Amino acid sequence: MLTCENLILRQGSFSLRADIAFDPGKAIALIGPSGAGKSTLLAAIAGFLSPVSGRLLWRDADLTDAAPGARPVSMLFQDNNLFPHLSAAQNVGLGLRPDLRLSAPDKASVATALADVGLDGFGDRKPNALSGGQQSRVALARVLVADRPVVLLDEPFAALGPALKDEMLDLVQSKLVAAGKTVIMVTHDPADARRIADMAALVTDGQVSAPVATDVLFNDPPPALKAYLG
Amino acid sequence: MAHSAVPVTARWPDALAGVLVLVLTLGTLGAVAWRAEWGDGLDPADWSAIGFTVMQALLSAFFSVMLAIPVARALARRQFWGRQLLITLLGAPFLLPVIVAVLGLLAIFGRAGLLNTGLAWLGIAPISIFGLHGVVLAHVFFNMPLAVRFILQGWLSIPAERFRLAASLNVPIWRVLELPMLRAVVPSTFLVIFLLCLTSFAVALTMGGGPRATTVELAIYQAVRFDFDLGRAALLACIQFVLCVLGAVLAWRVTGNDPIGTGLDRVVRRWDLARPGVDYGVIILAAIFLLLPLAMIVLRGLPEFFNMPAAIWAAAFRSVLVALGSALLCVLMALALALRGEMMVSIVGVMPLAASGLVVGTGAFLLVFPFIRPADVALLVTMLVNATLALPFALRALAPAVEQIKQDYGRLALSLDIAKGSWVRLVILPRVRRPLGFAAGLAAALSMGDLGVIALFAGQSEETLPLAMYRLMGAYRMDSAAGAALLLVALSFTLFWICDRWGRADADM
Repeated sequence: MLTCENLILRQGSFSLRADIAFDPGKAIALIGPSGAGKSTLLAAIAGFLSPVSGRLLWRDADLTDAAPGARPVSMLFQDNNLFPHLSAAQNVGLGLRPDLRLSAPDKASVATALADVGLDGFGDRKPNALSGGQQSRVALARVLVADRPVVLLDEPFAALGPALKDEMLDLVQSKLVAAGKTVIMVTHDPADARRIADMAALVTDGQVSAPVATDVLFNDPPPALKAYLG
Repeated sequence: MAHSAVPVTARWPDALAGVLVLVLTLGTLGAVAWRAEWGDGLDPADWSAIGFTVMQALLSAFFSVMLAIPVARALARRQFWGRQLLITLLGAPFLLPVIVAVLGLLAIFGRAGLLNTGLAWLGIAPISIFGLHGVVLAHVFFNMPLAVRFILQGWLSIPAERFRLAASLNVPIWRVLELPMLRAVVPSTFLVIFLLCLTSFAVALTMGGGPRATTVELAIYQAVRFDFDLGRAALLACIQFVLCVLGAVLAWRVTGNDPIGTGLDRVVRRWDLARPGVDYGVIILAAIFLLLPLAMIVLRGLPEFFNMPAAIWAAAFRSVLVALGSALLCVLMALALALRGEMMVSIVGVMPLAASGLVVGTGAFLLVFPFIRPADVALLVTMLVNATLALPFALRALAPAVEQIKQDYGRLALSLDIAKGSWVRLVILPRVRRPLGFAAGLAAALSMGDLGVIALFAGQSEETLPLAMYRLMGAYRMDSAAGAALLLVALSFTLFWICDRWGRADADM
């Protein structure tokens, strides 16, 4: 269980309140208008933004002051998820060994992860020799080898076309959610949430609402969500 | 407290770089201030050195800018074969060793130069290049191209739409568009060149001299080398420092430009281009003024190239070592400071701009003199000082690149738990390769051609190539000097080329 306990986040004049628990092994969508604070919440969970007050808990450990790399968290950003000068295999390898001193078994795991996301034999390619969808797959493979229990998705597939995006979401579902990871994804598209998220939480007006079953939320939207969906 | 956007662990490399820069700037300055013998203040010779320094800098800046305006105007308006090459060449004087250019100018304007040969043929008495006009001439040779690049940038920054609008309204472009642009660009260009000329030593050493044409820097050199009056040298160094700081503050307030910027290959389409003859005439004259002295070096140097004394080759070897060491050190310092980020970059990185080679050199001389024979550490000190003086330029190339990498990949690196060592090895170094190579090349070329600190320190057995060349010129062995000049300029550009090339190779980003 990942818990935001009376978390108050502030960025300039913007502030966000979050008092919310994320069930382990589930995919949770954070939905809301842009600027509502979805990414801010992810940044706080990832450790890039220290809360003004409140605590962040994972199981029973207090993560509030942990360094980003020391958290049980992998994150995919909107862009710049891969180092352009490193090969696909090296980019994936960073999830295993941040100093890239990979042993033979490490290399084997990297190859397996690449094969898992459908990129068998692509290890030597650099990102600019891969399509957008393939680049996303490399980043996912890195999340696989890093094997951390919480995965944060800050709209990493936003630049992909609809079909490719769905493909990637299905991959997240089959490789991460099915493997028992807690996946927290930011989205402003209800279809994304319906596709893979068991639960969805509305982020509006500087407030994160409690997560509700995705179908329930969209079938009977509260007024704020109704206003957003139009 | 927010987490930093970059992995932070060991800090000693940047601290070391900062300390080194501080010692070489503030430390040497402290030594100079401490040893300065104020006595009864400044004597008339000092005042005349100050006056000459300021006067030659003003005149040099004035003529550089005035001559640059028509050249920049012509280049902005005309498209012709070789235009890009010419603009690239305009950047070359930055890397050209001063002493080489001086020799080239002497081959044209000197006693036995082309000009006086022509005058004698016409029966006119020869003119002497030495003194104020010689100093100004050499400074114009170096700084006019720089001014052209600045002003050309100004011209090309006028949006094409404005030219279109002005043409359709039939308003005078000169008054409506070009004059306001010049009013913005010219003062900063003038001040930058003024500052550069304030600290120029090698030109004054070779073209000036005598009581009426001595700059403060030259007076420092004479006080150390000829009179061995260290108290007076220190006093003069303090004066020079004050001059530089005043100049730097002035220049810094009005500039934000990059003297080595690119993107000058555009030509603005415009509709007022009658009389191309004037423009092309200006361009040809400028090209002759800049290229002829260099052609003379090649012409005179080539026959001598393989007959040079062995001492020249030994000096060249020492120069290359110093240049490589200086480039390596400069780039390491710049990288460490750039990784440290904003504050360090802006404070430590600009300090050397206000320092001049001779002031730093005098300070270093005072610091080491009680303990060792200065000549023993001549090359080491030269290397350190050159690295420090080139630091602002290296930082200018590296710091924005490092900052961009931090912005793009800092969070990713943090979330992957990449430690600082790995961050530098795996991310920073491969990605800054291009500016790194450029900065190293710049530092190497600047150090290769430097004739400043080394002149204070070196004896016969420590001389670098520029110093050896200067001594040949002093002995009127102009042919050997031309051979050495050719070698020097070839080495400078080759070093730059190799480093820059290394940065560009295999850069699949």
